[in-house]
Amino acid sequence: MKFEGTKDYIATEDLRIAVNASISLERPLLVKGEPGTGKTVLAEEIARALDMPILTWHIKSTTKAQQGLYEYDAITRLRDSQLGDEKVKDVKNYIKKGKLWEAFESEKRPILLIDEIDKADIEFPNDLLQELDRMEFYVYETGETIAAEKRPVVIITSNNEKELPDAFLRRCFFHYISFPDNDTMQKIVDVHYPDIKSKLVSESLKVFYELREIPGLKKKPSTSELLDWLKLLMNEDITPEMLREKNSNNIIPPLHGALLKNEQDVHLFERLAFLARREDNQS
Amino acid sequence: MFINFFQELKQANIPVTLREYLTLIEALNADIPQRKVEDFYYLSRSTLVKDEKNLDKFDRVFGNVFKGLENIEELETAEIPEEWLQLLNEKYLTEEEKKQIESMGGWEKLMEELKKRLEEQEKRHEGGSKWIGTAGTSPYGAEGYNPEGVRIGQKNNRNFKAVKVWDKREFKNLDDDIEIGIRNIKLALRRLRKFAREGAADTLDLPGTIKNTADKGYLDISLVPERRNKVKVLLFFDIGGSMDPHVKLCEELFSAARTEFKNMENFYFHNCLYEYVWKDNRRRHAERLNTWDILHKYSSDYKIIFVGDASMSPYEITYSGGSVEHWNEEPGGLWLERISDIYSNVIWLNPVEEKHWEFTPSTQIIKQILSERMFPLTLDGIDNAMRELSMKK
Repeated sequence: MKFEGTKDYIATEDLRIAVNASISLERPLLVKGEPGTGKTVLAEEIARALDMPILTWHIKSTTKAQQGLYEYDAITRLRDSQLGDEKVKDVKNYIKKGKLWEAFESEKRPILLIDEIDKADIEFPNDLLQELDRMEFYVYETGETIAAEKRPVVIITSNNEKELPDAFLRRCFFHYISFPDNDTMQKIVDVHYPDIKSKLVSESLKVFYELREIPGLKKKPSTSELLDWLKLLMNEDITPEMLREKNSNNIIPPLHGALLKNEQDVHLFERLAFLARREDNQS
Repeated sequence: MFINFFQELKQANIPVTLREYLTLIEALNADIPQRKVEDFYYLSRSTLVKDEKNLDKFDRVFGNVFKGLENIEELETAEIPEEWLQLLNEKYLTEEEKKQIESMGGWEKLMEELKKRLEEQEKRHEGGSKWIGTAGTSPYGAEGYNPEGVRIGQKNNRNFKAVKVWDKREFKNLDDDIEIGIRNIKLALRRLRKFAREGAADTLDLPGTIKNTADKGYLDISLVPERRNKVKVLLFFDIGGSMDPHVKLCEELFSAARTEFKNMENFYFHNCLYEYVWKDNRRRHAERLNTWDILHKYSSDYKIIFVGDASMSPYEITYSGGSVEHWNEEPGGLWLERISDIYSNVIWLNPVEEKHWEFTPSTQIIKQILSERMFPLTLDGIDNAMRELSMKK
């Protein structure tokens, strides 16, 4: 099993190595990077490329590690016991399987995506150490041990909001998705919009990188914003000439709302553009 | 295998453990890298480095340890043409040409010289008469005019690229030790806030109380630390000249964290603290504040942060009248001592790289006056500085 990227997803050489290492050594892969560089999409694309089922566990600030294993629904059982339901005699009826359990049970080797692990409590990764390492856990209520039939490929994403514990990191492979350079970006665009006019792409990439260079932007536009913007440009039939045209009233790139999502950023950009235009007129 | 590499990583303060090293060996065993240097580089990076701030350090160590590794492959490929050349020599060279080779000291000498020059030469070369390259008159290189010329095949580009990968050092701005810039200003801010969030546990934790009470069956009141802050800060910025961009950055940094502080005041000085400071740099000569007034006005539980490069003539600190701008009755050092006598939490943030400090006597003096509480303006430095500030004395 080898991951080589898909027709919709450009994987750089280093990312491929990291993914393949984690698949064949059966260790979790921790992926970090700027927002919008395709961390979550990666797991979906691996699943597609290698034809594996995918299970996604989105982590929130209130998520507990136990919820990934199973939950014991005591309240329903209590109610059922008062109603004299037959179900009440078996604890198993009240155990809800979590994502990890589902992944362990899967017939085909699955991909388990633990999304945004840094959102959870600081102890969360530690609580999952054993489970991810041995790929098994114990259910106290029923006294059974659930062990993985096929060790799932575990992909974990993090946005760096919290430091992860060392013991946890030691067990993972790590990859940092850096912001793609111009060539990779061109490839990514080609993959998503194969029929887009190449001139339009290069013009828009230029505008895009110029925009990213502006100091002081609160949120720099990232890959996903670029893709959205290109989609809009195509819908509106904007020509490359319109993008290049900067001296007229059109100082702001058309449909910039897709790129700049912060009011202050738009103001900043307008001011800069205004200054640039004034300089042009003077010279 | 690679134990040396592992040790070097440890030395460079990258937190690597035996377990990660074993994982790397296991991966090599499983034939994951395809006998290419850059594959090995990617694999070891993904096994041994777990935090993007260490990526740059890793690149440097890797470059150091495996310096010359990329050449090994190159030498191997270079060996074959050497034999070919020898054959060519015997087959096609005229007696006259052979003699000319003799004049250089023979074939062996020629090859030896070639090797030497290969080592000396680092870049691709065109024209000229000594270096190996194309279209020159040197005896070495392609398309030359020297009868003793040795043609050298194209360098293998793939290997060359491999070196570049870690020599590019594209993760430089993720390193913890670099100065604070646009990208990591957010992280710095987060660390500042962390410092600002610490307070006494005196607020009622309502959900906690309800939960505890339900659990235990009696009223159990629990308290949490107050989230709002009580930290009060006085900031002193060294302004003028080379410090200006740094000061602007720091001002932005601290004003962004402003809501987290109960009180924060900015003051400016030039080079060293003297008997007056000012609040508005444009009107610095019109609106001066007496430093004594400040020391009297703000109580001793304020935390003091100086931001400055601390690079000046030592006289500006140690002598009266040493200031470059005016006649100061008392030396700047005395003012710094007064501050650190009154306020127990004083730190100095220095945007100059830490390794240069020891070469500037004034930096040393100030550091000494503030009992070593000078920190570089890096993420790491801010971290340590905030830890120092939050210490209760």
